[in-house]
Amino acid sequence: MRNQSPSTLAPYHPITLRHPITRALRQMRKQWSAYLFLAPTMIVFAVFTVAAVVYAFYLSFHQWNILEPAKPFVGTDNYARLLGDERFGGAIVNTLYYTAVSVPLTMGLGLLIALLLNLQIRARGFFRTLFYLPVVTPLVIAAIIWKWLYNGDFGLLNYYLIRLGLIDEPLLWLADPNLAMPAVILTSVWKSVGFAMVVYLAGLQSIPEDYYDAAKIDGAVGWQRLKDITIPLLSSTTLFLAIISVLGAFQVFTEIFIMTNGGPLRRTTTVVYHIYQTAFKNFDMGYASAMAFGMFAMMFAFTLVQLRVMRGEVEY
Amino acid sequence: MAVIARERGVTRPRETVSSQSWRGWGGKALVYLVLIVVGALFVAPFVWMVSGSLQNIGDIFRWPPQWIPRNPSLDNYARFFKAQRIGQFFFNSAYVAVAVTFLQLLFASLAAYAFAKRQFPGRDALFLLTLGTMMIPGQVTLIPTYIILKHIPFFGGNDWLGQGGHGWLDSYWGLIIPQGASAFAIFLLRQYMRTIPNDLLDAARIDGASELRIWAQIVMPLCRPALAALGIFTFTYQWDNFYWPLVIVSSEELRTLPLGLALFVVRNRTAWDLLMAGSVVATLPVLIVFLIFQRHFVRGIAMSGLK
Repeated sequence: MRNQSPSTLAPYHPITLRHPITRALRQMRKQWSAYLFLAPTMIVFAVFTVAAVVYAFYLSFHQWNILEPAKPFVGTDNYARLLGDERFGGAIVNTLYYTAVSVPLTMGLGLLIALLLNLQIRARGFFRTLFYLPVVTPLVIAAIIWKWLYNGDFGLLNYYLIRLGLIDEPLLWLADPNLAMPAVILTSVWKSVGFAMVVYLAGLQSIPEDYYDAAKIDGAVGWQRLKDITIPLLSSTTLFLAIISVLGAFQVFTEIFIMTNGGPLRRTTTVVYHIYQTAFKNFDMGYASAMAFGMFAMMFAFTLVQLRVMRGEVEY
Repeated sequence: MAVIARERGVTRPRETVSSQSWRGWGGKALVYLVLIVVGALFVAPFVWMVSGSLQNIGDIFRWPPQWIPRNPSLDNYARFFKAQRIGQFFFNSAYVAVAVTFLQLLFASLAAYAFAKRQFPGRDALFLLTLGTMMIPGQVTLIPTYIILKHIPFFGGNDWLGQGGHGWLDSYWGLIIPQGASAFAIFLLRQYMRTIPNDLLDAARIDGASELRIWAQIVMPLCRPALAALGIFTFTYQWDNFYWPLVIVSSEELRTLPLGLALFVVRNRTAWDLLMAGSVVATLPVLIVFLIFQRHFVRGIAMSGLK
């Protein structure tokens, strides 16, 4: 009966009524093993999350280069520098561009495929596996394959675009400042549509049958049913996906590292890639920490806005 | 017991949903056509990768491209295994992924049990803290974690003050330990464990079972579906992990497969024959895991935040 709540035990233990601290201590002694169960997790969190965040904050107020012995306190200089830093600004623009295009495309395509698979379809499992394959492919590998597909001279993409008459001569996808980002986005969409699809499929299957029956009586079919019932009832799924996808998109790195190295002309240098270079190529870790906090603030604000905007629309 | 252990996840697809407006033969055909075309586009890169891995470099650089290898051979694989310490990379990836998965499941299930089924002062505060860690993006903690690892005492040539050596940087410790705790895993398992009736645990307590024993012999077996889903997720995520190894590994013998391949791309720009073979090698393990445990994947996604 050790698990019984303190209140039911209290009348038999008058001492516990005396002081809340005494009561808490007693309870802690009695349940000591619970703390033991939590210890491994809490030690890891304490060192690599809590201490790390505090330390990052400390770093962001110092000129902290791992190669230089002197690490002077510089106040808010790093943050001030951030505001005037064109490269950081450019990285934010590139990241927003990437996010604004890749997230809607991924979610839209994922929803479309999920809707199709939710029809009376044979081989549904087969198709679901097919679209999910890129999700389980390591990102590094996906980026390598696509880099080869985009190859200017021997790439498959150019070959078929020329064959179809859409372009006249090969495009240098990853070397063209205007095409590099769209090329990276296409790779990311291919990689993550399957995830959106599976989440939407789960959402679709949680819609109660009754809604459709009622709609049928009211004569709502096809597009109207999709617009008035299915999509509104999926809004909590959409919100969940939107938040997860935007947070993921803000942190895009691997595709960039492998396919473009941030180029050409820094046009694919995203915030995380920029932080990586600042911290681990230039070893300017104080400034990079300030950037990380800047990015954190941005992600936080975005999530809040998404919750605000969509809360009114979400049906539970 | 049957009630607790019953599968919580995606139900079988409903047959009646949406059949109405697509009854026509033409509509059906259109749906299949779209699915087949889009599906083919999705698989094409894989086919291209496998095909390329079986061709020699001359055939790979042939125009127009060859889908079906003229002289298929496994020569690229042999050369790739020779040129790169691929066996070592493969082992590193597997070792780190398995170790992190094991640690996360162990630590998370212990913590989740405490959060779900124990009453103790500070529980809610610690749980909130745990959830709070999910809000912190990896970018913020990455740089300080790097510095903290560098100064772990007594490791990598460090003295007791953590000075002088490289600490846990460039070591399995550094690759594994910082990822040992996962708030997401704790949250998911806690939700799952809450469905276990207290009576069951109380009965065991009256019989004199220790908390550790209750966790090991009652709670863990009941959580098997959640643990399976979580384990597969964690394993594939870790197999895919690139950023962390890139940052902390400097010696060649500690590179994981994604890191080894990525550095190979960056240095050997045109060795596409070897790269395609390497890509197949790196993709196969997760692909096999996925194809075997597909049900758990889908269920895991359903468990991870959807009603």
